[in-house]
Amino acid sequence: MADQTLPIAGSLDVTPQRLSRAQVLEWLHGWVVTVDHKRLGILYVVYGIIFLLVAGAEAMAIRIQLAWPGMHFLSPELYNEMFTMHGTTMVFLVGMTILFGFANYLVPLMIGARDMAFPRLNAFSFWMTAFGGLLIYYSFIGGFGLYGMGAAPDVGWWAYAPLTARAFSPGHATDYWALALIVAGFGTLGTAINIIATALSMRCRGMSLLRMPLFVWLMLVTSALTLITITPLTAAQIMLLIDRYLGGHFFDTQAGGSAVVWMHFFWIFGHPEVYVLVMPAFGIANEIIPVFSRKAIFGYPAMVAASVGIAFVSMGVWAHHMFTVGMTSVGNAFFVLSTMLVGIPTGIKIFNWVATIWGGKIRFATPMLFCLGFLFQFLIAGLTGIMLSVAPWNWQLHNSYFVIAHFHYVLVGAIVFNIFAGIYYWYPKVTGRMLSETLGKWHFWLFLIGFHITFDTMHFVGFLGMPRSIYTYEPDRGWNHLNFIISIGGMIQGIAVLIFAWNLVQSYFRGRKAGNDPWDAWTLEWSTPSPPPAYNFATDPVVHSRRPLWDLKHPEDPDWKYEA
Amino acid sequence: MREHGARAIRLVSLPLLCFAAVSAAPIAWADGPQSSPSIFAPASTPASSIQDLSWFVLAITGGIFVTVGGLLAWAIFRYRARKTDDDSEPAQIYGSTQVELAWTVIPILIVVVLFLTTARIIFAIQDAPKPQVALDVTVVGHQFWWEFRYPKLGIVTANELHVPVSSALEPRPTFLHLLSADVDHSFWVPQLAGKTDLIPNHPNDMWIDPRHTGLYVGQCAQFCGVEHAKMLLRVYVDTPEEFDTWVKQQRQPGMQDSSVAAGRHIFETEACTNCHTIAGTAATGTFGPNLTHLESRATIAAGAALNTTENLHAWIQDPDHFKPGALMPAMQLSGEQIDELVAYLTTLH
Ligand code: HEC
Ligand code: HEM
Ligand SMILES: [Cu+2]
Ligand SMILES: [Cu+2]
Repeated sequence: MADQTLPIAGSLDVTPQRLSRAQVLEWLHGWVVTVDHKRLGILYVVYGIIFLLVAGAEAMAIRIQLAWPGMHFLSPELYNEMFTMHGTTMVFLVGMTILFGFANYLVPLMIGARDMAFPRLNAFSFWMTAFGGLLIYYSFIGGFGLYGMGAAPDVGWWAYAPLTARAFSPGHATDYWALALIVAGFGTLGTAINIIATALSMRCRGMSLLRMPLFVWLMLVTSALTLITITPLTAAQIMLLIDRYLGGHFFDTQAGGSAVVWMHFFWIFGHPEVYVLVMPAFGIANEIIPVFSRKAIFGYPAMVAASVGIAFVSMGVWAHHMFTVGMTSVGNAFFVLSTMLVGIPTGIKIFNWVATIWGGKIRFATPMLFCLGFLFQFLIAGLTGIMLSVAPWNWQLHNSYFVIAHFHYVLVGAIVFNIFAGIYYWYPKVTGRMLSETLGKWHFWLFLIGFHITFDTMHFVGFLGMPRSIYTYEPDRGWNHLNFIISIGGMIQGIAVLIFAWNLVQSYFRGRKAGNDPWDAWTLEWSTPSPPPAYNFATDPVVHSRRPLWDLKHPEDPDWKYEA
Repeated sequence: MREHGARAIRLVSLPLLCFAAVSAAPIAWADGPQSSPSIFAPASTPASSIQDLSWFVLAITGGIFVTVGGLLAWAIFRYRARKTDDDSEPAQIYGSTQVELAWTVIPILIVVVLFLTTARIIFAIQDAPKPQVALDVTVVGHQFWWEFRYPKLGIVTANELHVPVSSALEPRPTFLHLLSADVDHSFWVPQLAGKTDLIPNHPNDMWIDPRHTGLYVGQCAQFCGVEHAKMLLRVYVDTPEEFDTWVKQQRQPGMQDSSVAAGRHIFETEACTNCHTIAGTAATGTFGPNLTHLESRATIAAGAALNTTENLHAWIQDPDHFKPGALMPAMQLSGEQIDELVAYLTTLH
């Protein structure tokens, strides 16, 4: 145990003191200059949650506008800015930051290390990412530069050329978008390098690669994938800026450039990117589901192999986002096959999770509820993914609300659900206090109901021919009531998230004390005090199996007897 | 024990119930039976072979959902912790090679079947040979409207496509050659075919063979700028006779009616001529829709408004009224001038 109790406690002056200005500044300064992986992890997650609220508000605005045909809640320009900023924010400033925040906080703790491999690079990466976020939001104020008028990017998060050319997107909003993603991208690359180095070289004694917790494995694979996927995005953004300011013609179709080349660059980034987001979420589920089922994960080696397999295959499927751009029939068939192949390792993962639950003693605490929601939703999301990979059907479904439904099933139904699960699970470790279970249940059920009302229904407006990215629609298309239902569900989710935010704040002050190991879990982070001291472990831990704390708690029946 | 059981049941049944309720919703809630451009109401070969394929895929994925989802739901219910449990941990199982092998092979087989079926339809639709009798239409996407050219018939029109009906006995498919004048667009009329993008510098092709006459609606399906939402599409499938009449009429030059000479004069002396063509007059612009037979169309501004006298007036006075951000400027004309203009335009049958 760490030195929480000072030997001279009685002699301390404990009269409550007003915080002086200097103390506040010092506290703030401490957070700004910190290189501690845990503090940076917290910064990432808090930053991500703030942007989650921002992008959530944008989503609410979008749904009010679409609740009924012919609404005038948002102007067409503003609507287009809203969906562009919503998508960009959710992917780059919410998903990436929260998940990398989890990795920052947990990877060293889980492998028995005292920090990341490169603590300063870690701080640099966070502040780059943070600056990228501020840069893109600054375009609301400075998007038109000299005119002093605000405007945000309005070309979609996929930003297809040549709509991004200066001829079609004057002003500076598109420049902010491109620059911000370059800057945030460098931050992401730094963190990815850091995680790889940490997982490969900082593991404590006894922790071979095949004894690493699955969360760490998934972060390792994700980071490797990140290195490969962010690079083409950065290259494409630089080419775009060259087109816009230096007279380049990469994507300038009026001068012989190619719009299709942009699409290839974007989706060579974009598809692996969705796996960069989902694999850490898998990692969270891999930690939580066993603990609350009271069983070891089923088929650990297969889980590792499936993750690596998914990463490999996912680099060869990008053009399934491009079935309608007029590839050859052979080209289309190739990407149908490669995309369907992803379904195999994905299926293996789902089977293994079911098998983990099978025969367990399931405890329905809030983290587990969110993970169970994830299992159902990810199953459906994978199946709609298979539907979309059927190229002829994709010619109908592409760019319709069906696609929106599919990827929100993954991004919200799987990733956000697991992020919530992870926050309920590790919040006690980070703050020393439990989140309220009552508010947690309210949060879970409202969010689940709202989620299904919204995103189940979206599949059907998609079938009825409603395209995405439209600020309004004709009243005679049969989409009115369905859109109204979708909007209601959106509001319910909004309320649920506010409950969650309130839970985070109030539990910080009034939550039940957690102790080291409130969930009776098995990985190394639960052997430290909550919150862990700056140095994590007073002595370097030594492990003998994948579940070191299980071995400690069950000396008569330790894991290392069984693991291959 | 009670409590845990009830909770588990709620937990399992809720998503399933939601799903069932929502599956039924469209039937109950979709307003108006025929108006929806549903992908499940096909009226042309590409759309119906896609529909057949989609039923097949839905059956397979539905089967997977019921099997895996059912197992999952049952496992959650069956293996819930109970109050009566002692504190012991359940038996720890680390894996099983046989089981894992089995559930790797089954998905592989499913993928093989799905892939082969899909590939067959891809080739059938995409590589279908073009018959001699096919009608050729060149579609040009513009920021927020559609241009239709019939190169062999010498017709240029906008936003409302006319094609002849096709039947097994007398096939008369229409082959669309897709171009773009500015940014990416996508041609999507769900009941006739899947969508295909219109990309500058990258010509595409697609075909339809509508089997029933009538009006089919759709719209641009690739975000193309501020008024992407109002880039609507109307395809009229005509009987062969109707189609021939339409062709004959479209090939006439613009109507000459001396009673509206004043309006025509305004049109020819204002900037209208820079952007619009009216065959037989000095107006030869191509930036905006061809107006030679404006009155043969039911809507204006790519479906943003019905083609009525009032709407034309409002449109010319301020295009932003219907379509804020449309690429036609408000010309600051007086009310009388616009009246004269509209009087002229409404003679363009
Ligand atoms: C700068 C070019 C430009 C000028 C000048 C211009 N228009 Fe237009 N016009 C357009 C464009 C572009 C559209 C299509 C707008 C859309 O649907 O988004 C259009 C659409 C129309 C339409 C609707 C056509 C249809 O079938 O949808 C009418 C009618 C029309 N213009 C009349 C006029 C008249 C009359 C004038 C002169 C007073 C004029 N326009 C001047 C560019 C122009
Ligand atoms: C079995 C697994 C999956 C398959 C087979 C699959 C398949 C597809 C296909 C074919 C599309 C293209 C749809 C279109 O635009 O026409 C698509 C879109 C998308 N998918 Fe998936 N997917 C799977 C899993 C995922 C995962 C795990 C994520 C995210 C973490 C994801 C996120 C997305 C996103 C964001 C889009 C839309 C991108 C856009 O157009 O803006 N998918 N998916
Ligand atoms: Cu993809
Ligand atoms: Cu368009």
